[in-house]
Amino acid sequence: MTTFIRPGYDELPRLISVMTGDDKHRAASESTVDVLWVLYDRVLNITPESIRDPDRDRFLLSKGHGPSAFYAVLTVKGFLSESELPTWSDAASRLGHHPDRKRIPGVEISSGSLGHGLPIAIGTALGLRARRRLEPKVVTLVGDAELDEGSNHEAIVVAARLGLANLTTVVIDNSSARYGWPGGIAQRFELEGWATRTVSGRDHEALYDAFTTPHPDRPLAVVAVVEPKG
Amino acid sequence: MPTMRETFLSTTAEILDADPDVAVVLAVISAAQLADAAKRHPDRVIDVGIREQLLVSTGAGLALAGLRPIVHTFPSFLVERGFEQIKLDFSHQDVGGVLVSYGASYDMTTAGRTHQAPGDVALIDSLPGWTVHVPGHPDEARRLLLESIPGDGRVYLRLSAQENASSHLGVGFQRLRQGSRGVVAAVGPMLDRVLAATEGLDVTVLYASTIRPFDAAGLRAAVTSTGVADVVLVEPYLAGTSAHWVAEALSDMPHRLRSLGIRRDTEVRIYGEIADHDLAHGLDAGSIALSVKEFLGE
Repeated sequence: MTTFIRPGYDELPRLISVMTGDDKHRAASESTVDVLWVLYDRVLNITPESIRDPDRDRFLLSKGHGPSAFYAVLTVKGFLSESELPTWSDAASRLGHHPDRKRIPGVEISSGSLGHGLPIAIGTALGLRARRRLEPKVVTLVGDAELDEGSNHEAIVVAARLGLANLTTVVIDNSSARYGWPGGIAQRFELEGWATRTVSGRDHEALYDAFTTPHPDRPLAVVAVVEPKG
Repeated sequence: MPTMRETFLSTTAEILDADPDVAVVLAVISAAQLADAAKRHPDRVIDVGIREQLLVSTGAGLALAGLRPIVHTFPSFLVERGFEQIKLDFSHQDVGGVLVSYGASYDMTTAGRTHQAPGDVALIDSLPGWTVHVPGHPDEARRLLLESIPGDGRVYLRLSAQENASSHLGVGFQRLRQGSRGVVAAVGPMLDRVLAATEGLDVTVLYASTIRPFDAAGLRAAVTSTGVADVVLVEPYLAGTSAHWVAEALSDMPHRLRSLGIRRDTEVRIYGEIADHDLAHGLDAGSIALSVKEFLGE
């Protein structure tokens, strides 16, 4: 585990705690918090000032349930105001139990229904390539249970065959898939031609190292293993 | 004369050559016909294989990256199989694109139910803000496709093997005949048979190749000039798909409506030719004539 915690991370538990009323998805939120932190803190080239920059990195939160960790990270990084958090999901709030891109600048996709983020990310990665924008990364976050959706498997094959080196998928593995993934999740990606890394979803240095793995000719899958869903 | 499908594919190749912001997404269907365009524009002609969920989502993702996607396959696979992708990845994300189907309600007459999509327009109609084009002639298909490329709207272009002898390139409801006993509105490929069915009848005949947005003002004007608010709507997809729009357009006047189209009461299990399917659904000229006369009390 990392020994140096970067500034801001220690604010997350308090920010998450003020968003009450989504207890069903508390575990989902907690499962993603370290990955989201490492991405926004050290990996993604995206700030509140660059949300419309065509050369920004894109983060597509596919697993949209339990977004309190996402909102907390966006708050620490200046995309959201802390004052909005306690009233989340009120009629007057723009922060729902699934994020809405039309209501929150900086949120790249609206999510909720599972199995949409990775397929959309393929289109965005292809679009950036067609426009010769070779710098931006497209990163999508899915859950291990979300991989049950067949649309992901359409996408896993095609992303690798088309050599989408600008695409990263991070799978939060909290062992919640109904029938599991014998042999491991990374194998599903690796067989199709992805670069893969499996690391602790709590170890910031290991996550950073995985996200910055060179993968010059193929997409990257990072499997971030966290505690099994209770 | 090239078919609507051939016209669509050749026009799409032209668009790809001219507009660097347009990309085409395919799921095998029509990929062979676009192979030359794919060689010229390998990054902008994308065949995802037989993966229709991914087909639609890829189009939406391209739009998020600032491109104008044309997404194409048969209507049952484009609209029905990936409908949640249309609803969420295009509508809910609020990005634009041009979805183009070929096959209509029963163009593939011997292929059976799996290749029939009479409900496609009704499904699209459940989502706000889509433009729906149902051309009745290859020239209309070409123009409607070209006009769909600028901007960032959401467009469904429904191509068919059935077509009329000549094109009508006006917008909204175009009045082709003026009468005084009622109004018969034909959509897309239904026009020629409606003209044949109403030959000698004292009715106003309207034609539209764009059915969403619905031209309520055009319908009202036709009703007013006819003097009778009796309307027969003839659509090449599920009967009554536009009935709610007719009711809305005429909500302040007593009116009668007869909706003709693909029947809703049963799944027609036949093969054969297009003419056989037309008969089964009452969409041949003779059946339409009987329906119109019965409705008008002739």
